[in-house]
Amino acid sequence: MEANQQIKVMPSPADLTADDFARIGADEKQAEIIQRESVSALKDAWQRLLSNKLAMTALFILIAIALMSIFGPLMSKFNYYSNDLLSGNMKPNSEHWFGTDDFGRDMFVRTWYGARISLVVGLVAALIDLCIGVVYGGIMGFFGGRVDTIMNKFSEILYAIPYLLVTILLLVVMEPSLVTIIIALTITGWINMSWIVRGEIIQLKNREFVLASRSMGAGSGRLLFRHLLPNALGPIIVTVTLSVPNAIFAEAFLSFLGLGVQAPVASLGSMINDALTGWLYYPWRMLFPAVLISLIMLSFNILGDGLRDALDPNLKN
Amino acid sequence: MVRYIANKLFYTLISLFILISATFFLMKAIPGDPFMSEKKVPEEIRQRLMEQYGLDKPVFQQYIKYLGDIVQGDLGISMKKINQEVSDIIGQTFSASLKLGLVAIVVSVIIGVVLGLLAALYHRKIIDNITMVLAVLGIAVPSFVLASLLQYVFASKLHWLPTMGFKGPLYYVLPVAALSAQPIAFIARLTRSSMLEVLHADYIKTAKAKGLSWFAILTRHVVRNGIMPVVTYMGPMTANIVTGSVVIEQIFGIGGIGKQFVQAITSRDYPMIMGITIFYGALLMIARLVTDVAYGLIDPRIKLNARKEG
Repeated sequence: MEANQQIKVMPSPADLTADDFARIGADEKQAEIIQRESVSALKDAWQRLLSNKLAMTALFILIAIALMSIFGPLMSKFNYYSNDLLSGNMKPNSEHWFGTDDFGRDMFVRTWYGARISLVVGLVAALIDLCIGVVYGGIMGFFGGRVDTIMNKFSEILYAIPYLLVTILLLVVMEPSLVTIIIALTITGWINMSWIVRGEIIQLKNREFVLASRSMGAGSGRLLFRHLLPNALGPIIVTVTLSVPNAIFAEAFLSFLGLGVQAPVASLGSMINDALTGWLYYPWRMLFPAVLISLIMLSFNILGDGLRDALDPNLKN
Repeated sequence: MVRYIANKLFYTLISLFILISATFFLMKAIPGDPFMSEKKVPEEIRQRLMEQYGLDKPVFQQYIKYLGDIVQGDLGISMKKINQEVSDIIGQTFSASLKLGLVAIVVSVIIGVVLGLLAALYHRKIIDNITMVLAVLGIAVPSFVLASLLQYVFASKLHWLPTMGFKGPLYYVLPVAALSAQPIAFIARLTRSSMLEVLHADYIKTAKAKGLSWFAILTRHVVRNGIMPVVTYMGPMTANIVTGSVVIEQIFGIGGIGKQFVQAITSRDYPMIMGITIFYGALLMIARLVTDVAYGLIDPRIKLNARKEG
């Protein structure tokens, strides 16, 4: 129907002259013009992440928790270490918003303070893992051959030793403190990262852009840090994100054994451990730190999954 | 295959040796000696004690002796539990931990695989969504939080299950649930993604085209191929459950090795800490070894790779 109508509107072929036609063709100059703003891979991934509602919620929750862990303790007139034995084990009320613990310490301040310690442990441990893992894995992957074999065997041997046992041993020997806990957590924590980096580098190093750079005289350092690692950034970011909750969990686990931060300093793990003794009678002492630690771990896991989807769309299942 | 196993065994032994050495030297690095605590012990008695425990000899000699003892299964004598051999204490308490751990492993694998399979079969349907939400929650909630929560709800408030102890089948429910939650979540996710991959593979189409029944396809092709990643997870899962049981035993008052370990750490009973660390280490490394070998047996591609490497 429509086709018929169009034909009617069009002038009959006999009426057309040569002037009615113009050569359109492909303008080579126009073809070179970039119509849209060029989008780097990372920016592209960021856009994808922005459209992932679940991951953005997780990110938002994490930012909110981080802000509260910084400013929360300032909002109350109490501090995390002062005992007040007369007002111990109080239920949440207008004075003590989250109640008090068995020493009468304010739970609101302690919970956010504990979240601060847990986040610091998680983030710093993950960053140290990142630094060691990237260097070690980068060397393994980049140089290959015998260097790779020996370094890889070494990391495999270390990895076979259960990391929590090593961590426990170290903390039994060293005085437990924030610094020693982070050291103990990173002593084997970097291995996973090094394997991820190694795998990526091995895949990338035979690609054309590396060859091009090498033929222009780029040295090993430049190749590794300017070309290979930036291209391996996606998996590295995902691994870092997912290793934060692991470190937070490990710290909580150590606190459970009495090897975490020592009172009156609190971490979410040590607060949960403290709350265990009277928890059937004073559930709120357990509730707030437990909910917070679960929320933190949940958010990091969801964010990590979201980042994985955003950075590597091929992987999405 | 023999070469593959021998290779794995060799590296496992090296790892174990490093763990033992690290344990020994770390414990030696602690300042002071075990008899310096609380009461002042007269010098003469201290000398005798040091001699009895062999602590008066040079460190290296002690180290050699320690290695020799371990080979013979002797982990030394507890310092807090008078005259008890560490290996005896481990032997007495291991059965409770073993029962708990094995039940948790079996439960994790069965529920995890079934959930993952269902999620894959009903991809993007309600079962899939529920499973994935549970899986994320299971990974995020630490086992000790879950344990306390279960204890509070089902034992303390509802009185359906016992709070503490380890005397009968009912006593297993809560600790096993707390221990298995994380492995279940992990296995469900692994199974789901690998089953999804397998379901779209060409050989499944071939099987359908051959006219095989859906049940036969599922059992003979889908599950057999999709289960592979779960096998690789067996080693880490054992580690997860063993370390998790340290805390779970404490919460539910189960007299297993985990509880001994916590006690040893809090009372600084060094021979016990060393003994249990080495025992756990050996156990987990054996689990890893078995996993690797099992994987090699199931998946013929692994053998080829091993030969290429070696």
